[in-house]
Amino acid sequence: MKTNQTKALILFLGPALLAIFVFFFIPVVAAFVISFTDFDIYSLGNFANARFIGFNNYVQLFEDPLFWTALQNTFWFVILAGPLSVTVSLFAAILLNSKLIKYKGIFRLSYFMPVVTTLIAVAIVWRFIYHPRFGLLNYFLGFLHINPVDWLGDPVWAMPAIVLMSVWKNFGYNMIIFIAGLNNIPTDLYEAATIEGASWWQQFRNITLPMLVPTTIFISIITMIGYFQLFAEPYIMTQGGPLNKTLSIVQYMYQEGFRWWNMGYSAAIAFVLFFIIFIGTIIQTLIQKKLKHA
Amino acid sequence: MKNTNTIPKKKFFSSGEGVNSYIIFFIALVSLTILSCSKKSNDNTTIDFWAMGAEGEFVQKLIPQFEKENPGIKVKVQMVPWTAAQEKLVTAYASDNSPDVYQLGNTWIPQFSALGAIEKLNSYVSHSSVVTKDKYFSGIWGTNEIGDEVFGIPWYIDTRILFYRKDVLAKAGYNSPPKTWEELYDCSRKIKAFLPADKYPIYIPTNEWAPFVIFGLQANAQLLKNSATYGNFSSPEFQKAFSFLINFIKEKLAPMSVSQVTNIYQAFAGEYLNMYISGPWNVNEFKKWMTGDLQTKWMTAPLPALSAKDYPGVSLAGGSSLVLSKHSKNKEAAWKFIEYLSTPEVQIELYHLINDLPAVKEAWSDSSLKGDMYLKAFYEQFEHVTATPKIPEWEQIVFSKLQQYAEFTARGVMTVDEAMKSMDNDVNKILEKRRWLLERDKK
Repeated sequence: MKTNQTKALILFLGPALLAIFVFFFIPVVAAFVISFTDFDIYSLGNFANARFIGFNNYVQLFEDPLFWTALQNTFWFVILAGPLSVTVSLFAAILLNSKLIKYKGIFRLSYFMPVVTTLIAVAIVWRFIYHPRFGLLNYFLGFLHINPVDWLGDPVWAMPAIVLMSVWKNFGYNMIIFIAGLNNIPTDLYEAATIEGASWWQQFRNITLPMLVPTTIFISIITMIGYFQLFAEPYIMTQGGPLNKTLSIVQYMYQEGFRWWNMGYSAAIAFVLFFIIFIGTIIQTLIQKKLKHA
Repeated sequence: MKNTNTIPKKKFFSSGEGVNSYIIFFIALVSLTILSCSKKSNDNTTIDFWAMGAEGEFVQKLIPQFEKENPGIKVKVQMVPWTAAQEKLVTAYASDNSPDVYQLGNTWIPQFSALGAIEKLNSYVSHSSVVTKDKYFSGIWGTNEIGDEVFGIPWYIDTRILFYRKDVLAKAGYNSPPKTWEELYDCSRKIKAFLPADKYPIYIPTNEWAPFVIFGLQANAQLLKNSATYGNFSSPEFQKAFSFLINFIKEKLAPMSVSQVTNIYQAFAGEYLNMYISGPWNVNEFKKWMTGDLQTKWMTAPLPALSAKDYPGVSLAGGSSLVLSKHSKNKEAAWKFIEYLSTPEVQIELYHLINDLPAVKEAWSDSSLKGDMYLKAFYEQFEHVTATPKIPEWEQIVFSKLQQYAEFTARGVMTVDEAMKSMDNDVNKILEKRRWLLERDKK
């Protein structure tokens, strides 16, 4: 019996585990080792040119002002965009779930459209929208007598501009998951509440929100992880500028690794990022576990 | 023949035996194809050639002639986008898949020679009648040399010169383009005097490092010191050049934000910008955009110099070179291909195809180049070009550091002095590895 079971286990799990081992586990271990060396373009040609430098990369990283700028920018982005994305998608999901709305399919489709559109195309269109002289956004602001803002060129506004675009781009995905979550709430709860005379707001607060906690936990974690890996939006729209105010941590890692071939340093950045996301996820689960039991 | 007859035809796809024979038939077919392929490659050498962007697209048209002249050699062209080119070439090298010949921006040559990816060409050149040093602009040839060793053959060339609005400069009293720094500044101020506030005399974007380095070289700044192992950007010479350019932005003679200028040609047509230091890739774009009345209103000129006696001031030796992979198995054939692309006739043809300026001087006597008034300034400038320091770290130094500090000073976050001190600090950190390598190799 037992041997048969192990055989079946090996047969079914083996291929997947092997693939994970070769394409995931080995590279991660290799990257971890590399993060303790000064592997760079010289070493790529000749391994003898690499040195084991212990924790030097990590020490240097914490003394690197650009790293702190990138870290700060990434946190700023996550703090702005994360909650905004979750609220907007929850709001959209509730609207689309309402019985009053007609043509739900069309709305659902159009809100979901940005998610499947190529980011490059989206970013180029948004660059036009944000253009200080010819942009649509400044044109509308002109009606409100607001002076034109150089959205992507102003150190203060560049990050909010990128937040706005990213939230628009991906709230549709979260919205679909929220809709699924809403559909899972048994309707008799609402019926009972209506009979007891609960208002819409009371129903929302005491039925919808608590029932959505597991969905929200899932969405917050996925969104946070995704947003910590912010890369393509600033890479295309601002290249990290102005004044490095939109340089994200992943972008910095990419630059160091694949633009300047400082692989050791770049790997160290990757592990610091991993650690941050890891801690962020733990904190989030703890908070929401408390919410669930409260 | 007899063998196939033993298999009953109706059973061909039906039973187990039939399937087996089907498999045998299939294997035979595959091995036949493989055999015929390997036979083909015995007669022929195929060389892989990677070219970037427009070159990759259009160089195809030059191949048939080469294959006709050299029966037995086939060229396979692979197009690589510029933005991913360096990454792809380095990865190809790391995985032992480098093409035989490839195009390389000439500032990348130090990196690829440090990698050990490209072949020294000295012996090839000394035996060649087509490729000889004296046929090229000396400044351009120099970018391909590291010490005495030649690593690339210039294919097409570029440099940066001044594009300007003739009519606007004339209105400011400048009937000929500025020849010194002082004239450049004076002319800009006079233009600004009659321009509305949102239009600017000149464009000096902080995300283009080249003008800062060019003006530094014109002021005789030594950019790196101690055999290029330490930064020297805080030297008075470089600071003078750097603050000269930043000053244009500070006095609103040049726009601060780069994002305001999405289309430089449109900006030129609308007098939003009236002078711009740029390269030959823009000549055709300007021709396309400046039509009708505007056609005669723009011109190119060699760069101004620090003082009138040095005119024209020095500019950067740019362009692309052809390099030979160290691990190529077809070096002879590949070199033949490089020679073919270096003949004046083919160089002129490349110019006709995509307006790449020929590296071979002789090609410039062709009427299509000689008759183009916008190219005259380029020819003059090519006699006054110089290479940037030839170390693999150079690109990181200018792209990630110099441009950053240019923006910091232009926006007033740092003074020029502070910025250049931090610049040297950063550069010294980047060059730490280089110092260690040189020190080790001395021992």
